[in-house]
Amino acid sequence: MSTQTDELFGDVDLGWEHLKNRLFLGLIFAASMFGVVMLALLLLDILTDFYVGLTEFNINLVDFLTRSGSRREELAGFQGAIIASVMLVIVTAFLSFFIGVGSAIYLEEYAPKNRLTRLIEANLANLAGVPSIVYGLLALAAFRNGIGLGPIVLVGAIALALLVMPIIIVASQEALRAVPDGVRNGSYATGATKWQTIRRVVLPAAIPGILTGTILALARAIGETAPLLMVGALFVNRVPYGPFDRYSAMPTQIYAWAAEPSQHFIHLAAVGIVVLLTIMLCMNGVAIYLRNKYETEV
Amino acid sequence: MSTETNPEPGITRGSGTQADQEANQRARRVLFGCAALTVLTTLAIFFVLLDNAASYFFGARFTEMLLGAGTERTVTFTEFFTGTRWAPDHATPAHGILPIAFGTLAVTVGAAFVSIPIGTATALYISEYSSPGVRRKLKPTLEVLAGIPTIVYGYFAIAFINPVLIGPIADALFGINVGRYSLLSGMLVVGIMTIPMVSSISEDAMQAVPDDLRNGAYALGATKYDVSLSVVIPAAVSGIFASYILAVSRAIGETMAVTLAAGFNANITANPFDEIMTMTAYMVSMARGTSAVGTVQYQSLFAVGLVLFLMTLVMNLLNDWFKRRFQEEYQ
Repeated sequence: MSTQTDELFGDVDLGWEHLKNRLFLGLIFAASMFGVVMLALLLLDILTDFYVGLTEFNINLVDFLTRSGSRREELAGFQGAIIASVMLVIVTAFLSFFIGVGSAIYLEEYAPKNRLTRLIEANLANLAGVPSIVYGLLALAAFRNGIGLGPIVLVGAIALALLVMPIIIVASQEALRAVPDGVRNGSYATGATKWQTIRRVVLPAAIPGILTGTILALARAIGETAPLLMVGALFVNRVPYGPFDRYSAMPTQIYAWAAEPSQHFIHLAAVGIVVLLTIMLCMNGVAIYLRNKYETEV
Repeated sequence: MSTETNPEPGITRGSGTQADQEANQRARRVLFGCAALTVLTTLAIFFVLLDNAASYFFGARFTEMLLGAGTERTVTFTEFFTGTRWAPDHATPAHGILPIAFGTLAVTVGAAFVSIPIGTATALYISEYSSPGVRRKLKPTLEVLAGIPTIVYGYFAIAFINPVLIGPIADALFGINVGRYSLLSGMLVVGIMTIPMVSSISEDAMQAVPDDLRNGAYALGATKYDVSLSVVIPAAVSGIFASYILAVSRAIGETMAVTLAAGFNANITANPFDEIMTMTAYMVSMARGTSAVGTVQYQSLFAVGLVLFLMTLVMNLLNDWFKRRFQEEYQ
């Protein structure tokens, strides 16, 4: 018996097998910690620069948040950029939400299974992979110069709206798909049409998921820089008066500061990044709160 | 009655009143319009890039030619695709895209060497090895990494990776004085930011591999190492490839991080400590200056943009193809 097993497993070196498994586990564990370490380094670097900016470069946080901006480093502020970014997000939300949710409803509820629908779906996947700077080029040629709107908030918002549209559509589709079919059939059984069912039954059930997805998409939009640079959202040091005014948004202002050689500007950029990340964190917090609050009800 | 076919056989849709039926049809048309708008966006991107790039090569946009504008060869395709100097805004202009195409490809390949091995290993660890507790912490951490805006990565590169990590090492090992920007910094930062993309999609693919396959291998005496490398990875290979392609496509189109990391000096170099320029960085440098509409610099934006768009389009189509294969396998 024992000689038989020896022959059968004679070529297996159990010690080596153990070692190999241990080494491999160590290797992939180290690799998966790489991302974590890099995230920690990134946050640490920004917080250190933020702290140094406040202490050594005497950046006063209150002044920073209430001054509109300046070319002079000691007078530079972020107020104009913050207000411009808030304006951008509001206009972007208005432009992308209804069309995005409408597309999702069509694709999930109405669309027949044919080639046109497959084309729309495939195109959506492709749009999600188009580099953000290309959306900037589209807005630059078509809206800023094509119909001559100039470098205004509305043009930046159009670029951002087109950019986040695929994200909103996919998130809304998932929210609609999560509504059980029994709910729809119950509505049909009472004699409701498809549209009545969608409006009064499906949408109310799916709206928390749709809102969560939309807020996450807008949190991404507020940090987008490249499309805004392409349409000329740069070098404006004041609060925009409205959606038809010129502006410089938070990320483009951070870029302008980070690209300066002066250490003072670099630290201004770090303070700006902390403000930007805080606002993004709040938006993500609202989205997660919404998700958790309504998750159990549906 | 309703004109559309009933998706659920056996359930008769309510007819409602005539007005209700009309409202339903109206809603359907409006919603279809919304969905069609997304297709229109793609067509608009393609049209705008092609139309404006035409003025770079032929001296007039296609739409202007239709209105009778004359054409003149400003930049030849031969110069554009084979020239080795890129300086459309220089006093003696040169229009060879190779240096900035090299910049983009070098950053992309370098980033892939970071994100592909580390992302795959992370996915394997989360999917096959980690305890549920570790998994619950590791996945959201990687999601945070994916959610950080690219401008912040750019700041990380210019304020930390290049001066603190790369600078001293280059100085100590090779005696090279690294400037504000370097190719290596661009490769690293883009690699780091695409790790979560590789890891999350690869992990999904690995999770989709049925446990029966794993158990079959265990029954044959395989160790976890064998199962991971010889069963899970081959079974999930098309999903894993799809994640690689997505990461590469993202790296090609990456703008802010790469601009702040690798710089604005268009040259073909084998030295990773040199400053280079990617196609996207060129576009940013043009946007910073105020190049007027109609100048060759303005037109060059769209020629470069078109090349960039086509490169990512090919990647996206490849990704779509791999994803469809991966869905067919185990669903």
